Amino acid sequence: MKQNDATRRRTLTMRTKDRLAGSVFFLPWLVGFLLFTFYPLIFSLQLSFNAYQLLPDGAVMNWRGFAYYSQAWNEDLNFKLNLGNSLLFIACATPVVMVFALIIAILLNAKFPMRTFFRAIFFLPVLIMSGPVISRLLSSYTTDFSANTPQIYEFINQLPNFISRPVLVILNNLVLMLWFSGVQIQIFLAGLQKISPDLYAAAEIDGAGGWEKFWKITLPYMNPLILVTTAYTVMTLSNYTNNAVNRQIQDSMFQTSNLYSLSAAMSWIYFLAIILLLLAIYLIFFLFGRRGKHAQA
Amino acid sequence: MRRPDLSALSVKTRSRLLGTHERTGVLPAAARYLVLIGIGFIFLYPLIYMISNSLQSPADLSDPSVTWIPTAPYWDNFRSAFGALDFANALKNSLLAAVVTALLQTASTSFIAYGLARFPIPLKKLWIVLVIATFFIPVEITSVPRYVLFYRYGFVDTLLPSYLPALFGQGLNAAVFILVFVMFFQSYPAALDEAAALDGAGRFRIYLRIALPMSRSAIILSLLFSSVWYWNETAQSQMYFGNTFPTLMHRLSEFSARYSGMMSESGAASTSPTQAIILAGTMLAILPMLLFYLVCQRQFINSIDQSGITGE
Repeated sequence: MKQNDATRRRTLTMRTKDRLAGSVFFLPWLVGFLLFTFYPLIFSLQLSFNAYQLLPDGAVMNWRGFAYYSQAWNEDLNFKLNLGNSLLFIACATPVVMVFALIIAILLNAKFPMRTFFRAIFFLPVLIMSGPVISRLLSSYTTDFSANTPQIYEFINQLPNFISRPVLVILNNLVLMLWFSGVQIQIFLAGLQKISPDLYAAAEIDGAGGWEKFWKITLPYMNPLILVTTAYTVMTLSNYTNNAVNRQIQDSMFQTSNLYSLSAAMSWIYFLAIILLLLAIYLIFFLFGRRGKHAQA
Repeated sequence: MRRPDLSALSVKTRSRLLGTHERTGVLPAAARYLVLIGIGFIFLYPLIYMISNSLQSPADLSDPSVTWIPTAPYWDNFRSAFGALDFANALKNSLLAAVVTALLQTASTSFIAYGLARFPIPLKKLWIVLVIATFFIPVEITSVPRYVLFYRYGFVDTLLPSYLPALFGQGLNAAVFILVFVMFFQSYPAALDEAAALDGAGRFRIYLRIALPMSRSAIILSLLFSSVWYWNETAQSQMYFGNTFPTLMHRLSEFSARYSGMMSESGAASTSPTQAIILAGTMLAILPMLLFYLVCQRQFINSIDQSGITGE
């Protein structure tokens, strides 16, 4: 009995020691989070509601309520336009990137000569994707689609607006969108390699064709991975420096008349919009996944 | 009279063309190559265009009969671009900003992840959710407050605004690396750690001598991707140290202005760079990364395969 007590005490202290050690390992993150993420978040929120003034003896905040939000939303002529363009770009590019990455990954998921070479090519853009390089290589020369093939442009323009606008955005930025899919292709490829070939063999014995195998095996298996990769894609696209709203936020940061505050308000509106977009995507996956399970049952 | 066995022949050709269970047929293989080469070309088109145009002389550029292959490689474009980029100095700054930060980020994220993976920390679930949440905060939100913070302590115009967040697990996409390290540390048997502890090794020693060597691919992934992402990051670093440590990307973004300044100083007639010179500058700016990729290509791709993101 006595011995039992002693061992319990010893394991207890072991547990406390473990907790302590774990906390020591984790502490740097907590400190960094408070300093470089949490405090900036609060400060940015504060800036968006206050006028920030630099005086000789320090900075002063004056409460302005929603003034900067209303300035960004109602008075600024470009903000809503830029926000709309950026969101449209993200909303169009995400499905393009995902579908494209999945197709390329499926094509690469086999043994054939030059496979490594092709894998390397499709990853290459990741290495050189940066604001200045994209604006030199993609924006400057990108063949203006509407000028080069006016017939197709005319045809698309006749379609209703909600179809023609996304189609034009995709066609005009296709190469740029494809350049965003470097990491996604490799992630999908890694995922495809994990699916057991036995599953496909069993499906073939049951008479499933390529099309059925894709919808009944590949896609359900990849579903969680696709969700994670979609979230990653949305964040990469939204942090992309050259995107219209990001450029405007950066340009208005040091505007002397409303130092920091206007750009802070803009960035919170943008943040909110991206959260909504992510929620919408999650909802689509949720509904799609449930329908898939329903069909299987 | 015997009929020739046509059906057997046709089955044979058929299986050769369309493929069987064991072998890919000629037609699917050809289709695969066709699609891959086609899309690969679209992928590389901007780069091919850049290489071809950066080597063209002004005469070639205005000659409509020269489209892809220059009559003779014209290196003057690169010579001018080299000067306008201030290449050697910018390369040194890029390395300082990208590689050192990547080392710090790898050290800190693995350290933090070891705590999350191997110890019963109070409120662990909350911390993991918060780590993931940091990935979804747009950089634009935190950049001004961080700037004000760094400015207050006199860190602006030094490399510390890049180093400090990385050192505390708040660097560029740090959440991704923390999660990858957590998965790696959880995937090897805890008995290894326990055995080392019985031998008297301290916890930090175990992390250094067992956990890290067991996670080589995660370390490579973190080092490679942090380097690349920091190398290509421009908006934040421009604000923090663009004036004192201009990287290749900073120089590239102000390329035309610097070129004009250089030219008017030397008293040249035309001061704005031709498209060929701009493209030569772009080529020079991405050249280090291209060479790096040439050397580490296999590591990049293997590290994603083994990242554990696919769930083991």
